[in-house]
Amino acid sequence: MQTNQLLAMFSGVLLLLGLIAFFLGRAKAARVRETGASMYAQPDQYAWFAVLATAGPAITVGAVGAFLMLLLGADIPTFYLLAGSLVVAAIGLMVGMSQVKPDFHARQAIERVIRWILVTAALISIFTTFGILFSIVFEALRFFQMHSFWDFITGTVWNPGASFLAAAGRADEGGAAAQFGSVPLFAGTFMITAIAMLVAIPVGLLSAIYMAEFAPQRVRTLARPTLEVLAGVPTVVYGFFAAITVAPLIVDLAGFLGLDASFNNAVAPGVVMGIMIIPFISSLSDDVINAVPDSMRQGSLALGMTKGETIRDVVIPAALPGIISASLLAVSRALGETMIVVMAAGMRPNLTANPLEDMTTVTVRIVAALTGDLEFESAETLSAFALGLVLFAVTLSLNLVSVLMIRRFREKYRVNNL
Amino acid sequence: MSQSFDAISAQLRRRHRRSSRLKWISMGALGLAGLFLVLFFADMLSKGLPAFQQAQIQVEIDYNDDAQRMGRAALDPEVSRLVSRTFERLIPVRMRDNPELLGTSETRWVLADSEVDQYLKGHRNKLSDAQQATVDTLVEQGRAALKFNTTFFTSGDSKMPEASGILSAAVGTVMTMLVTLAIAFPIGVMTAVYLEEFAPDNRLTQIIEININNLAAIPSILFGLLGLAIFINFFGVPRSSPLVGGMTLALMTLPVVIIATRTALRSVPDSIRHAAFGVGCSRWQVVRDHVLPLAMPGIMTGSIIGLAQAMGETAPLIIVGMVAFIPDATASFTQAATVLPAQIFTWAGEPEQAFVEKTAGGILVLLTILIFLNATAVILRKKFERRW
Repeated sequence: MQTNQLLAMFSGVLLLLGLIAFFLGRAKAARVRETGASMYAQPDQYAWFAVLATAGPAITVGAVGAFLMLLLGADIPTFYLLAGSLVVAAIGLMVGMSQVKPDFHARQAIERVIRWILVTAALISIFTTFGILFSIVFEALRFFQMHSFWDFITGTVWNPGASFLAAAGRADEGGAAAQFGSVPLFAGTFMITAIAMLVAIPVGLLSAIYMAEFAPQRVRTLARPTLEVLAGVPTVVYGFFAAITVAPLIVDLAGFLGLDASFNNAVAPGVVMGIMIIPFISSLSDDVINAVPDSMRQGSLALGMTKGETIRDVVIPAALPGIISASLLAVSRALGETMIVVMAAGMRPNLTANPLEDMTTVTVRIVAALTGDLEFESAETLSAFALGLVLFAVTLSLNLVSVLMIRRFREKYRVNNL
Repeated sequence: MSQSFDAISAQLRRRHRRSSRLKWISMGALGLAGLFLVLFFADMLSKGLPAFQQAQIQVEIDYNDDAQRMGRAALDPEVSRLVSRTFERLIPVRMRDNPELLGTSETRWVLADSEVDQYLKGHRNKLSDAQQATVDTLVEQGRAALKFNTTFFTSGDSKMPEASGILSAAVGTVMTMLVTLAIAFPIGVMTAVYLEEFAPDNRLTQIIEININNLAAIPSILFGLLGLAIFINFFGVPRSSPLVGGMTLALMTLPVVIIATRTALRSVPDSIRHAAFGVGCSRWQVVRDHVLPLAMPGIMTGSIIGLAQAMGETAPLIIVGMVAFIPDATASFTQAATVLPAQIFTWAGEPEQAFVEKTAGGILVLLTILIFLNATAVILRKKFERRW
């Protein structure tokens, strides 16, 4: 029989046993109660306890068995494993039934089980983080066994070229050796991020100042969700917009000024990414500026400062930690942004300071390395994980600094809703 | 050091001017952001709306002997080059299935080639002058026209622009979102319930909290690396399948659901909990019967927003291989599939001019769905939100 059919049968039998447990448990509890004995819990609660006693251990046994098979390669035939779980279920059913007696706290027992289920659910988010970390670190380590870490960090030539031949055991046919110097990739990433920030920080911050300090209530309630539409647009759409509409525009503009621009220039993805990030900065800064206590504004105005001076010399300095925190979050988002650069930036690693040339980024190389027809073991594929590791480290530290800054702001002004 | 009143009031005027300048500049910034938005949507609409129309040609199909082998022989040679090759290819198949067709003929509207389509829409095309003239006469005779493009909604991907549609991508999106929702919603709500209602304030709880905030800020492409290394290489989940895509997206959506649920749970006043405890409910009974039902609108709103986010996500899905070429929609969790954003990405990489229009058309469909989802979330919140 096929695994799918076995699983279906297993679930069917387990469901049946659960139903039996429920009705038998309730009937027995009701019988006990009719004798006049005072019980700790309601019949339904005894019934549910019987169900948990039946299904819980059986599912655990099945899951542990499946895990052993996967992790340790233990060879347990699926049929015996599932049959074993069903036997456990039957034993659980009997135990559950025997516990239907007046001095058993069925409700508290259920409560304990539920608490454990909830803890398990909460731990999944931790597993995810560790999953990301381990999957990246292990593959990255395998990459660093092939190529030195130092060359990866300081090398200025990224040329995976013939690395797939080395993986196929034909290293000598490849000609020039593959080189993995990540500096040009990071230079491209930072260039595009810098352009994005040049667009997003002024526009976002000034919009936030307008919304928080000048705008009438009606404009405010309308403008904020409208701006946030920009953040809700899928990045693949922005990528298309950057590649099809903005890039030719930049080329024309550069040509008008007598400059030579590539169609994969860094300006187009940078500007579009900046547009995407505006709402991050504006919404967060808006919150922070609103959280600055009014007493500070009143004090400043009472001293005869104009509204503009109050904003510039009192409100913004007070809100600065929050604004910096918002900007750092925005930088981290721009560094990890993938689709816009995959579609609009170049593929050629290019170490240059001219944003009109084509250049590539870390995320572009990750996608390129993992979507080709390469062997998973090849150095180029594994290099994606090494790049991912650096990306993970950089964005994680940016996020941590950002969290610390916002916490400092929160403690200073005792605001709780940030 | 005393200044005249005139000097002081001049200085004051300068200061007030500077103040109002800040107001105008910041207003301009907001206007600029709004302008971006308008330009962006106008650009997408102008590029994408033509995709909902498709050129069709009325041709006479003559089911003769030659057409059994080569579909093109059934058509007048003058128009045969202008008709979509996907249609011509189907003629021999149809004749084999219905032998009685041999020797008959019929007149019907069929899909035109994408170059004819582009010509009729006034775009760049590869038609020769003679072909353009033929098309012009056909239009005059009423035998060629732009009609509503049903193919776009009823067929899957194709190498020929005129025959390609979004159906298989839409089906893939639905399957993937089902997986995402089935994982992210229960686990997210359970995590939030634990953190808000059950957890003691200890180290473990704090670690989980910090961790969730971090997870929300990790670049999406790294979730793709996790999906590739753990789900595909380690657990052996089929590559490119809605299952692996949905699982990867579920981990990404999890923090959104958790944070929204926690906010919703926190907005339920403690008096509700106290009253329930007061009549003898256990903690789980309080949560299940009183707190969760009251928090449900907020939880639903947050989950819909998370779902909309996941639906537009592309990068992690590319890494787990969901950019496959899927001509026929398959409603299976384990077979290769593609999703709307991935389909948009694939089309954007096609060289033909006609695919630019398809891409923008797909984008319009995706944006419409996302706007609809977000509007539902907002309405849900407006309608059911309770102020305590």
